[in-house]
Amino acid sequence: MALHSAQKGRLMAVIGDEDTCTGFLLGGIGELNKKREPNFLVVDKNTSMVEIEEGFRGFLKRDDIAIVLINQTIAEMIRHVIDSHTEPIPAVLEIPSKDAPYDATKDSILRRAKGMFSSEDFR
Amino acid sequence: MSGKDRINVFPSRMALAIMKARLAGAQKGHSLLKKKADALTLRFRQILKKIIETKMLMGDVMKEAAFSLAEAKFTTGDFNHIVLQNVNKAQLKVRSKKDNVAGVQLPVFEHYQDGTDSYELTGLARGGQQIDKLKKNYGKAVQLLVELASLQTSFVTLDEVIKITNRRVNAIEHVIIPRIERTLAYITTELDEREREEFYRLKKIQEKKKKIQKAKDIW
Repeated sequence: MALHSAQKGRLMAVIGDEDTCTGFLLGGIGELNKKREPNFLVVDKNTSMVEIEEGFRGFLKRDDIAIVLINQTIAEMIRHVIDSHTEPIPAVLEIPSKDAPYDATKDSILRRAKGMFSSEDFR
Repeated sequence: MSGKDRINVFPSRMALAIMKARLAGAQKGHSLLKKKADALTLRFRQILKKIIETKMLMGDVMKEAAFSLAEAKFTTGDFNHIVLQNVNKAQLKVRSKKDNVAGVQLPVFEHYQDGTDSYELTGLARGGQQIDKLKKNYGKAVQLLVELASLQTSFVTLDEVIKITNRRVNAIEHVIIPRIERTLAYITTELDEREREEFYRLKKIQEKKKKIQKAKDIW
């Protein structure tokens, strides 16, 4: 108990399109750290894959981030990076974006879980 | 090849006793590890079920949240840049606790409020109600996502641990126990062999002594 009260709170990071980021920032998860680095990355059609990849890796390296939220459409673009991240923390969560519905078969975690659950769970 | 695989010991009664103790130990360890694997798998299945439920729920919550964002934009006009520029301190943070399942530490995330809302004045001119609703909806989404994240980390951790445990169980069952059993068989056969030799030797001496005795009697 003493251990977790001494621990300081950790952040959530967002990688997503402008609307997703805006929404979550209004939800109150945005923060600039001391180096004025934001914990979110807005991806638009001009953002290159390398930038997304670097942003994602940067979030994984920061130790104040516990959860990384990423739009599934963007996750598709850097799937190899996400698949190579196997540590439990930070947790990478794929979220639906507003123009693409959630597709469970593409999710890295659910793909790992495939075969372990029976079809009746998927109704 | 594997038929000859055994622990290198000198076949003596003491080695036999030691091997028997090791066999008992290995069997105990095997049953304990098996129990651990079962407990972990039970938990794993529960988590898996919850993950699937939460993922499905997440779709709905996100849809609602995105819809309220569109609503707010309609009434307030585009406020994306205001929000994206005005970031300073997070008010929703995540705290991690540890949960213990059969000796495995699972991280559990918990969200909590910290500090004040930095977007208090957004939408002051118009659309304040929509913005408020939007904040609430996204707050709900964050809550759900934090829950999902802790389920997911537990899932990944447990997956790893279950694999390791199963590997150990199988190693004990298929490698260590057979090897000890082979060693035991080897020691027993060696000991029997020696006993037979000893018996034969005694008989031989007896015979010889009898012969000598007979020769003496004749004299």
